[in-house]
Formats: sequence, C-alpha cells, structure tokens
Amino acid sequence: MTSTSTPYRSARRAGRDGFAQVLHAEWTKFRTVRSRLIGTGAVPLMLVLFALLAGAGGNQQGSPPVPVGPHGGPVTDSFYFVHRPLGGNGSIIVSVSALRSSIAQGPGDLRSGTVPWAKAGLVIKKGTRQGSPYAAIMATGSHGVRMQDGYVNDTAGPPGRVSAESPRWLRLDRSGDTVTGYASADGTKWTRVGTAQVSGLGPTAQVGLFVASPSVAGGGGTAGSVSTATFEDLRTRAGWADGDWTGGQVGAGSPSFAGYPRNASGSFAGSGDRFTVTGAGDIAPAVRDSLPTGGHLRDLLAGTFAALIAVIVVGALFITEEYRSKMIRLTLSASPRRGRVLVAKAIVLWAVTFVAGAAGAILAAPLGERLARDNGVYIFPVSYSTELRVALGTAALLATASVLALSVGALFRRSAGAVAMVTVTVVLPYVLIALPFLPAGVAKGVATATPGAVFAVQQTLVPYHQVASNYTPYYGYYPLAPWAGFAVLACYAVAALAAAAVLLDRRDA
Amino acid sequence: MRPALHAEWTKLRTVAGPLWLLLATVAATVAVSAVATSVVNCTASGCGSDTTKLSLTGVHLGQAPVAVLAVLIISGEYGSGMLRTTLTAVPRRVTVLAAKAVILTGVVAVGGAVAVLGSVLAGRLVLPEPGDRALSLADGPTLRAALGTVLYLILIGLLSLGFGTAVRDAATSMGVVLGLLYVFPIVSGTVSDPELQRLLGKFAPMSAGLAIQATTHLGSLPISPWAGLGVTAGWAAAALLTGGLLLRIRDA
Repeated sequence: MTSTSTPYRSARRAGRDGFAQVLHAEWTKFRTVRSRLIGTGAVPLMLVLFALLAGAGGNQQGSPPVPVGPHGGPVTDSFYFVHRPLGGNGSIIVSVSALRSSIAQGPGDLRSGTVPWAKAGLVIKKGTRQGSPYAAIMATGSHGVRMQDGYVNDTAGPPGRVSAESPRWLRLDRSGDTVTGYASADGTKWTRVGTAQVSGLGPTAQVGLFVASPSVAGGGGTAGSVSTATFEDLRTRAGWADGDWTGGQVGAGSPSFAGYPRNASGSFAGSGDRFTVTGAGDIAPAVRDSLPTGGHLRDLLAGTFAALIAVIVVGALFITEEYRSKMIRLTLSASPRRGRVLVAKAIVLWAVTFVAGAAGAILAAPLGERLARDNGVYIFPVSYSTELRVALGTAALLATASVLALSVGALFRRSAGAVAMVTVTVVLPYVLIALPFLPAGVAKGVATATPGAVFAVQQTLVPYHQVASNYTPYYGYYPLAPWAGFAVLACYAVAALAAAAVLLDRRDA
Repeated sequence: MRPALHAEWTKLRTVAGPLWLLLATVAATVAVSAVATSVVNCTASGCGSDTTKLSLTGVHLGQAPVAVLAVLIISGEYGSGMLRTTLTAVPRRVTVLAAKAVILTGVVAVGGAVAVLGSVLAGRLVLPEPGDRALSLADGPTLRAALGTVLYLILIGLLSLGFGTAVRDAATSMGVVLGLLYVFPIVSGTVSDPELQRLLGKFAPMSAGLAIQATTHLGSLPISPWAGLGVTAGWAAAALLTGGLLLRIRDA
C-alpha cells in the first residue's frame, strides 16, 4: 500500500499584491520615518514663518495712501493739469503742435529724448482727487493719438508724432456719462477715436489740458522724465463757456509717482487759446516699477524657497535611503514590478507634500497680507480665485519638485548629488533672474525653459501694454501663464520619473 | 598629521566622484560665465556693467559641485561606515577633520583656479572689446576679483565640510548648505525694509562673499570686497568649529 503525500500548503490565503498594497506599503514607509515627517512638517511651518516675517518686516505707517482707480487696482494719477470746472454737457478742442521730452541721465543731468508714453492732451475728470474717474484723449511720444479712460482702457487713434508742421487736433465731447474722443489733422475733418462710459463724473467736472511723462524703463531700472507740450487753438463749445484756467500738479506726493527729475518742475504759461505746459507722471495703472513700496503675494510666500529645500531633501531621501540601507532589495522582492514601486512612491510623496504645502500656503497668504496691511504696506490686490490659485499652485510646485528629487535620487542613487542637482535646477534660475545685469531676454528664456519656470504659478501682477516698465520675472512678471509655468516643471518631473523607472528596471538594485 | 593627510588624499583620488565634481565645477563656472558675457548688451562706450563680475557669474552654479564634493568627503564616510575605519586608524578626530580640510582646500584651489582662469579667458574672447583695463589680470581690482573667487570657492568647500560633519546625513547637509547659499539672498530680497535688507545682504554667505568680484561702484556695495569675503570665512570657520566639536564629542 503506497500512500501519496500531499505537499504542504499554508492554510493562510495568499496576500494580494495589487497596486493598492504597494501604495499602502510606501505610505507606511513614509509615515513611520521621523525625519520624513519632520521634513514635511517643516513645509507649512516655513511658509507661515516667512509670511509672518515678510508681513511684519516692513513698516510704512504714515506714508501717503496708494491711489486706487474705479477698477479697484492701484493707479498712477499724477500729472500736470490746466483745468476749470465745467457743468453739464459740452465740448473742448485743442491742437497739440509740439511734445518734447527730457530724460534724466544722472543727478541733475537732463537730456532730450523720446518718452514713448509721454502724454499731452485733453482730459475730463471728476476732480483733482487721485483715482477719480476720467476720460482723456492725447497725443503720445511714439504711440500716436490714444483715447484712455478708467486707467486701464486704451484705444489707439491715428498714428504719428506731432510737430509744428503736422499738429494734431483733439476733441472731447461730454454728453451725460458718455465721453467721446475725436482726432483730426486739420481741425475740421474729425475721426472718432473712441467712446467711454464714465460713471461718476458728476454734474460739474474738471476739464482741461494735461501733460504726463512716465519714467523710462530700460536696463533693469527706470529713469525719470519730464515733457513739455505746446497747445494752440484751445476752445470750448456747446454749453461750455471759456474762462480762466488754473494749473497745478495732481498727486505730487503719491507713492506711485517718482517725482520730477532734479532741476525740473511742472508749470504752465500762456493765455487765451495758446498754452505751454510742462509735466511729469502718468495717468495709468500702477505696475511694480511705478509702485516700488507695494508688496505682492509672491513676496509673502518667500518661505516657498526654504520649504522647497526641505521637500527636495525628503524626496531624494525617500529612495536613496532605501539604497543606502539595502531596504530596496526587500522592497523589490515584495513587489518585483519595479516601475510600480517608483510610481507608488511618487504618488505618496506628491500627495503628502501637496497637502502640507496647501495647508501652509492657504494659512500663510492671508496671514501675511493681514500683517502687511496692518503695517501700512500696500499689497497689490488679488481676487479670491487668484489667491487660491497661488496657494494651490505653490503646493503643487512643492509636491512636483519633491517628485523630481525622488526621480533624480532614483537615477543617481546618491542623495547629495540628487539634492544639489534638483536645488540648482529649480532654485538657481530664480537667483540668476534676480541678477540686475542679466538682459530681460535672457531672464525670460531662463523663466521659460528651466524648471524655475514653475514660479509663474505665484504671479499675480498683470502687465499693461500702455505702461512701459521692466516686465521681467524679477519684478513678478513671468513670460508664461501660471499653469503653463507649472507644466514645465511637471514635464521635467515626468521625464525624470520615466527615465528613473527604465533604469530601475535595467539596473541591479 | 602627514599619514592622515596621505590617507585622505588616497581616499579622495581613488574614487571617481571627486574628479567628476571638480570637472563639473570648471564646466559649470565657465559655461554660465560665457553665456552671461555673450548676452550682455555692449556698446562703444562699454558694457554698462561690471565686466569682471559678469565674466565670473558662473561661480553661482560652480559652487554647487564644490559643496557636493565637500559634503561627500565626510558624509560619504558616515553613510558607508568607512568613518569607523578612519577613526580607528587616526583616533585623534580633529586631526582627521583638519586633514580633510587641507586636502579639500588643495583640490578646490586647483579646480577653482582652472574655473576662474577659464571664465576670464572666455570673457576676453566673448566680449567684443574688453577695453584696456577690463579683464586683464594685471589690473589690481580684476586680479583681486579672480583670486578672491578662488578663495570664495575654497571657503564654500570648507563651510560645506563643516556642515557635513555636523549634520552627518549627506542629503540634509546639502539642503542646509544650498539653502544657506541660494535661499538666504532670495529671502532677504523680499524683505521690504531697506535697512534690514542691507543688513541681511551683509551676512548672507553668498552675497557677502561674492562682493569680492565687484570692481566698479565699490561705494554702493552693502559690504566692502575683503570684508565680504571675511564674512564667508567667518561662516566657514563657525561651521568647521561646530563640526569639529560635534565630531569630538559624539559617537561616530
């Protein structure tokens, strides 16, 4: 009699080895190592701490308030205004026969030059209070005739520079809240440039001539300028009677006005229908250059950089530590499909870092803004949706950078090299674009092609074509749209992760 | 001390990493410097900026491999357990650290000198007309800037060695060193108070140390060139002192 022996079978059911189990294993490995928790916990701490520092750091209490336009944003509303009150509806006409500008080259050194957005023309404004509603038609240094209103609206009229040979007639008509601007080359044939609905002009508005001359941007800095315009053939029609004109500077001490260059000042001379007006300043939205005392959201989130270092270290160590301790062999024995391990690590790391970053940024941004405003610092206003985008974008930035560090760590299998590599590629572009001598084109290239492009998710400032300024990443104007900038870093991270997965498969662990 | 020096030199020269890191320093410094000099707008009257400083811009990147090298010299030994052998062979721990510092100084001096000379040479080739005094090492300020940049790289190496000894873990010490170098100036740039900003500029190891590269507008610098390098030296000395002390009192 022969007995057949059955081979031993464990009574325990075989464990499942799905992706969920790998994910769970990686999550366990993450949360049970104290240094990883400390590193991740440092993220919200850094964000909040630096926001508190930035918010409490500056004190501008007692400084003059920043003028705010009808659209709610900060404005520059400083110009030389020759005006008189005019009630009801009417029309005003003038010809501009000269617009000459001088640019400050050094202290007390004024040289004649072209200020592209020097403005001379007619304006109707509620009053001389800064930020009050207005509409204006003007000849400019090199952008032809423009009709502007509400500080942000700009309509192009006939092109060309004004001169004694080819003067430009300008006309503003008011009918209730509707202001229409016309231009003409001869004073008889008029072309309509634009129509503006200006609410809140009131029954009696200030109407007259204005000259503005904004700072000239170039070489990473700005130079003050002053412009003089010759007006002729000034007349009013249809309900508006002629009278005496008074002149004065609007918004002389405004924080969004750099003031006149040394040895220059605003003035007006002439009488009857002929005036010469000298002025500086601008009627336009304020940008970073024209409002140097203002802060913006990005400054309050400076802790992002410190947090970035922490998440890069955590991300790189998440894999290199396994190589150092030989834990990787156990990991790969338990889950022989190596690519899955790497993806599981990336998902756990991204999710944990995102949550930590979002918690920090959502807390830090309003806190910093509140503190800064309490200290009298003007913060460029942002909508709630923009603020949320910046906070979530910052969290995604940190999470994706940590995944990049994980991937580079898997490629190098050495933590020091991986940390240095990722820090240099993400943070150094930001250091380089802050170098004052770097030309704007290069700064933009760096902020487009390197992983440093990701800081575009923190941008809140909007460039205006009608304001000449240094729209460089250093000042908070990025060449890429917020999520496009993020996509650049994401591409680098995905490419590195794919390369790491391939190498992990090919190499012996 | 001599056997310790010899041992450290052997350890450094018999692995491939240090040589590659030194080459990376040279390549990164020269490449970034050459790009920076080629993009600047030069007119007949000059380049509108400090050409010496410009042609040495690459150090911003070139210091990173130096920091990696310095950190690896010590934390690599911690990671592999080699340090126990080292300390058994040379039980006087401060001697070990001193020997590492001396060897590191030597190799970074060589690598840094090559990187700086290469950058200056690239600047001379790239800039349309360097002018009579710009970028000539016979010129006092330019020589000071070039020599100072090599010294700066050495100090960054020593600072990283100190942090590596104190922190022990390679990734964490890299994070601390690079945070100190790159994040400190960024954060100080966002401080709205100009007084505080100037003060931070004086004490950040990178911004202060790189003042040594300035050859024009010396009056407008937050800190004078040699004093700035002195600040970086202070950081390096403090880091080495802390590292040495911790190495002495802790178990390896």
